[in-house]
Amino acid sequence: MRASTRPLVFRILLIGPAALAMCLFMVIPLMLMGWISIQGRDYSGGVLWGEIGFDAYTRLFFERELDGTIALNLNYFKIILRSIWLSALTMTISLVVGFPVALFMATRSQRWRAVLIFMVTLPFWTNLLVRNYAWILLLRDHGTINNTLLWLGVISEPLPLLHNQLAVAIGLTYSFMPFMVLPIYSSLEKIDFRLVEASFDLYASRWQTLKRVILPLAFPGMVAGCILVFVPSLGSYVTPELLGGGKTLMIGNLIGLQFGAARNWPFGAALGMFLLLLVLIALTSYARNYRTNAQVGK
Amino acid sequence: MSLPGFKKPYKGDARYWPGIFIATACFFAYVYMPIIILIILSFNENRTVTVWTGFSLEWYALAFENRDIIRAATNSLIIASISSISATILATLAATRMATDKFNGKTAFNAMISLPITVPEIVPAVATLMFFASLGFTFGLGTVIIGHTIFCLPFAYLPIRARLEGMDPRMAEAAADLYANPIRAFFRVTLPQILPGVLSGLILAFIISLDDFVTTFFLGGAGSTTLPIYIFGLVRTGVTPEVNAISSLMLLLSLVLVSLSLFLGREQSR
Repeated sequence: MRASTRPLVFRILLIGPAALAMCLFMVIPLMLMGWISIQGRDYSGGVLWGEIGFDAYTRLFFERELDGTIALNLNYFKIILRSIWLSALTMTISLVVGFPVALFMATRSQRWRAVLIFMVTLPFWTNLLVRNYAWILLLRDHGTINNTLLWLGVISEPLPLLHNQLAVAIGLTYSFMPFMVLPIYSSLEKIDFRLVEASFDLYASRWQTLKRVILPLAFPGMVAGCILVFVPSLGSYVTPELLGGGKTLMIGNLIGLQFGAARNWPFGAALGMFLLLLVLIALTSYARNYRTNAQVGK
Repeated sequence: MSLPGFKKPYKGDARYWPGIFIATACFFAYVYMPIIILIILSFNENRTVTVWTGFSLEWYALAFENRDIIRAATNSLIIASISSISATILATLAATRMATDKFNGKTAFNAMISLPITVPEIVPAVATLMFFASLGFTFGLGTVIIGHTIFCLPFAYLPIRARLEGMDPRMAEAAADLYANPIRAFFRVTLPQILPGVLSGLILAFIISLDDFVTTFFLGGAGSTTLPIYIFGLVRTGVTPEVNAISSLMLLLSLVLVSLSLFLGREQSR
């Protein structure tokens, strides 16, 4: 009897366990989060089931005063804007730095490419916490950078490098840079470099060749890289926790707080839904872009 | 000037573009410098951590004597082993059908299994926290293992499915024609062919689980402290040389494992 005569049974038996695990511990918890975001808040840390309302969402912009009046409070919204700004900054730095690296990689011989890909990928698989911790050693008041500058006599007292937005941006770029380099590399790798030669033969300058030939062909990889850097930066928790201070909280830390000291689960859930929404917008804009590009490609 | 990878001098050649070599060199310095400095400082005999005074293995010795560190390392290994093996089994089972069958909901399944890599980790972590709390679960090793198994799934699933899709489907059909039952055909024909992919996926899942902080932090409880959680606790109170030593060991372990996994991956693509 051929294996394909009972495909349905095998399909359920084989795919079923993984699908069930994902539903039970991923999809259902996310749906529950959506449900909790519109429930009442239990001040002891938990949920008042059935007290449906949108308090958690209005809290993003407004604050209920002690006397019951509602006032505009943009402190939480500022954290969201800061997260978007820092992620956009990380994305831009990664793009500007990552592009020449990807171009260098794509123009090497096969042998060197494999080595370079390995070198770009390797740090990604090492511990994120440890990689961010290493930056504390560099950026501290008596860290490597400050000590070196003091020793060289460039500065007379340590620069405040740690616990600010710059430190977070450095950490985020450091954490997610491979996600930018690799997709750009994979689009550049497919380029027929005779096109570049042809462009020079037609008296184009380097700048014109870059703008008219290479960049359009690398565009899909650049968009993919931007999404792959932007999304994890937006939801990062460890980097702002370690390298940022109290003034550089990001959405991830604000969410985390609601399940620790602040004990406000519905608000935490609402923030989680908001972050999901932002991610969804980023991903669908990418999917649409990708489709348009694929059509142009045909 | 002769640099590695350069072949022939030609002005219009993109290989020769000014700055790209320097940009790449700076990039790799940026990527590897912090890691190298961390490892160097872990051998520093001085307690102030950042001023080099001499070579010492003292901090490694202290780390290995510390009971809390040993316990955290044991927890990390228990969690990573159970989660990566469960994730690999689930992923292999699903991938064998996903690679060959066409059915409604296939895209939905692929989207669902990729959720842990598309959604920032903090979101599923707190969602699962609320889910477990609502069900009255006790937070500890068990909840952490469930959480890890879920986010390890795509890391195990993707390389295995890629390997299966590259396999000749006629092999399994031939086995069936020769009266092998499906289980026998899987163990005798399919599995030996995809084994490098399975091992590569298993190792990647293991590393991801070993290095995880966010999910462990939110789903953990008393007695489930892992090395990253322990390091995080120490870092928040201040930088100590012991942290440098454990961190360097963790880096080294990841580097060895990922090299092994990539090596297996390369072997299979030949």
